[in-house]
Amino acid sequence: MASIGAGQQAALLLLADGRLPAGGYAPSGGLEPAVTAGRVSDMAGLEAFLVGRAETAGLVAAGFAAAACVRAARGDLSQIPELEAELDARIPSPELRKVSRDLGRQLRRAMTGIYPHEHYAELGRAPHQPVVMGVAAAALGLDAHGAALAILHENNSGAAAAAAKVMRVDPFHVHAILARMTAQLDRLAGVAAAAADGAPCDLPCHGAPLADIAAEHHRRSDVRLFAS
Amino acid sequence: MSGSLRLKASPKVTGAMFARATLASELSGDGRRSVVSTLRSDGPLVLRQCNPKEPEPLVKGRRDVARVALAAGTAGPIGGDHYSLDVHVGAGSTLVLTEVSAMLVLPGIGGGQSQMTVNVTVDAGATFVWWAEPIIAAHRCHHSHDVRVALAPGARLVLREEMLLGRHGEVPGDFTSRLRITQGGRPLYDQRLGFGPSAPGWNGAAVLDTNRAVGSIIAVDPAWQDAPPPALPYDRCAALTPLPGPGAAIGAVAPDSLHLRRLLLQGLRTLGPPWATDPKETTT
Amino acid sequence: MSDEKNVNSRALRLGVAGPVGTGKSSVIAAICRRMRDEFQIGVITNDIYTDEDARFLKSVGVLPEERIRAVETGSCPHTAIRDDVTMNLIAVEDMERDFAPLDIVLVESGGDNLTATFSPALVDAQLFVLDVAGGGDVARKGGPGISGADLLVINKIDLGEHVDVDVDRMVADAEKARDGGPVLPLSRKRPETVEKLCDWVRGMHHTYAAGGHTPKDPGPMAPHHHAHDDHDHSHSHSHD
Repeated sequence: MASIGAGQQAALLLLADGRLPAGGYAPSGGLEPAVTAGRVSDMAGLEAFLVGRAETAGLVAAGFAAAACVRAARGDLSQIPELEAELDARIPSPELRKVSRDLGRQLRRAMTGIYPHEHYAELGRAPHQPVVMGVAAAALGLDAHGAALAILHENNSGAAAAAAKVMRVDPFHVHAILARMTAQLDRLAGVAAAAADGAPCDLPCHGAPLADIAAEHHRRSDVRLFAS
Repeated sequence: MSGSLRLKASPKVTGAMFARATLASELSGDGRRSVVSTLRSDGPLVLRQCNPKEPEPLVKGRRDVARVALAAGTAGPIGGDHYSLDVHVGAGSTLVLTEVSAMLVLPGIGGGQSQMTVNVTVDAGATFVWWAEPIIAAHRCHHSHDVRVALAPGARLVLREEMLLGRHGEVPGDFTSRLRITQGGRPLYDQRLGFGPSAPGWNGAAVLDTNRAVGSIIAVDPAWQDAPPPALPYDRCAALTPLPGPGAAIGAVAPDSLHLRRLLLQGLRTLGPPWATDPKETTT
Repeated sequence: MSDEKNVNSRALRLGVAGPVGTGKSSVIAAICRRMRDEFQIGVITNDIYTDEDARFLKSVGVLPEERIRAVETGSCPHTAIRDDVTMNLIAVEDMERDFAPLDIVLVESGGDNLTATFSPALVDAQLFVLDVAGGGDVARKGGPGISGADLLVINKIDLGEHVDVDVDRMVADAEKARDGGPVLPLSRKRPETVEKLCDWVRGMHHTYAAGGHTPKDPGPMAPHHHAHDDHDHSHSHSHD
C-alpha cells in the first residue's frame, strides 16, 4: 500500500500540515454551508459529510495533484493547461472553481517563499490548488501517491477543523472521525496515483451535487464565518 | 456473502443482452428541414420517429426538426446487459430525442454489471435536444451509465438527466453515471455520480443527503461564448451555474422525481426563451 | 529586473490593528478622506466574518469601491495578519498591481484582542488603535500592539468625560508603556487631531519612500518585567 519512500515522509508531513502558511484556515470545505442549510447537525452527519466529500471532491483533487506531480517530476509542464481545463469541467460551481484557484495562488505564493522552484512561475495566473500541490510535491521529491495524500489530508483536516467553529462538537470526536478515515484516504490516494499518468480526460470526475449548490448559496449569505 | 454466488456471471448463463442502436440526423437537400438519416434500433433499444409529447426547450412547436423517441423493447437493462446508443447530429440539423418511459435498471441473475453507453456527436451549426426520462436504480442493481457528448464549436445542446434512487421506498443498488461534454475538444462538463452500498458517503451532506432524486439540465449555446448566464442558486436544493465555457448547468436534488422535475424546469425558466418550456409560468 | 535606484517603488504598506469597536475603520476612512488627493491609496480589510468592514468603507465613499477589497479570514483574524499572511500578501500585491503606482496600501486587521499585531512580512509600519470608551487602564496594561506599534492612536477622546476617563492620564500611561513612542489622541470631531494623524502618515510615507524605514516587529508578546522579590535584580526579556 504505502509507496511513500522513507526519505519522503517528512516532506509529505510538511505539505499536508494545516499550519503551512498558505491560507488553508479560511475555507471550511463546504462544511459551514452544509451546517447552515441544516444538513449537518451531529457527529454522524459530520462523518458522512467528510466521507462523501473525500470520495468526490477529495478524490478529484487527489487525482489532479497526482497527475500534476508525475508531470512536474518529469520536468514536463506542457499538459498543465489541459489539466486545468479538465479540472474546471469537473467543478460546476463557479464559486468552487474560484475557491480552488484562490487556494492555488496562495499555495504557490507560500511555496515560492518556502521552497522556490522554477515550475511555480509557469503555472499561469491562478492555478488550481491540486495542480500547485502536485508541482510542490514533485519539487520536494514526493511521488504521485504522496501528492494525492497531501491534498486529501489537507482538504479533509481543514474541513474537520472548521467543525469546532460552526458546530457544537467535542474536538476529540472530530479527530476520531479523522482517525477512522485514514484508511479511506490511503485507498483514495492509491486510486488517484493509479490514474495519474493516464490521459487527463480519464482522471477522476466524481461530482458532489449538494456541495456545488451549497457553495453558491454561501457566497450570497450575509453571515458567514468561512470564505467557503 | 458465502454461497450466494454459485452461478457464474456469464452471458451464456444469464442471457445478457448486447445491443447497439444508431441514430443520425441531417439537413434536407433544400436545407429547410432536418430529417432522420439513420434509425437503427437494436433489440431493447427501439427508436421511433414521433410527435412532441411535452413542451421541449429550443424547438417548441417546430415541425422542421427531426424527432425521435427511444422506447424500451424489453425490461432492463439488467445485470450483464450492455447497451449502446450512437447519435450523430449532422451539420446544421436539429434532432430532438425523447424517451417513451423511464428506464428501470435491474439486477441480473449473476450479479454482473449492466452498462449503457451513449456517444453523441453534434456537428457545427447543429442542435441536439435530449429530453430524457429518469433512470431508476432498482434495489441491488449494478449499473454503469456513460454518456459522452462531443460538440463542434457552434453546436447547441440542451439535455436533461434524472436519476432516482430506487423505486418508491426502495434502497437503490450500486449505480454510477458519468456525463462528459466537450466543445471543440475542450472539456465543458464532466461529472460522475455514484450511489448505492459501494459508494461511501453518497448520502452525506456533500453529495445527496437524504434525497432520492438527483438530476441536471445542461445547456450549451455558442452565443454564450463571452458571457454565460450568471450563477443563480434559485432553491436551497438547486442552482444554475455557468460552466467554464459557453454553457450552464442546472443541478438539483429532491426527495422524489416530481419535485426534481419541477426544480429543473424552474431553473430552465430562469434562462428565459427559447430555453424555457413554459415561459408564461415565470414565478413559482 | 528590480530597480536598484528605487527599492521602495511599491506602496507603503500600513497596518491598522486594535480591539473590536475602537474605530479602525473610521481611522482608515479619515486617512482616505483627507489624503486621497495627495496619495494613491488602496485598502484591504480583514473581516472576522463576511465582508462587513469593506462594505462600511465603500458605503462612506472615501475611495472608489474597487480600491477597497476584503480578505475573509475564516474567523481567524489574528492568524491572517501574523502567522499566515499569505491571503493578505496576495491581496496587497494584487491591489498594487491593479492600481499601480499606489503610494499607500492600508491593511485593516479584523478586530481582535490586545495581542494581535501585524507580521513584518506583511506591513512596513503599523498603528494600533485604542479608544477611551474601552477603559482608561487599557493603555497601562500594555501588550505588543500598545507598546510596539509605530503609532498608538487613542481614539474617541471626545467621549472621555462621558465614560469617566482622564484622557491626559491615559495618554501619559500609554507613553510610559511605549517608552516615549508616539501616542496620538484622536477624535474625528476635532479636525486638528485628524490632521496630526495625517501628518504622521505623511512622515512615515516620506521616510519609507526614501528608503529610511525598516519595519520593526512589535512581536507576538510584549517585552515585560519579571520582578522577583527574593532576588536582588530584575530582568527583562521578550518571548519571540
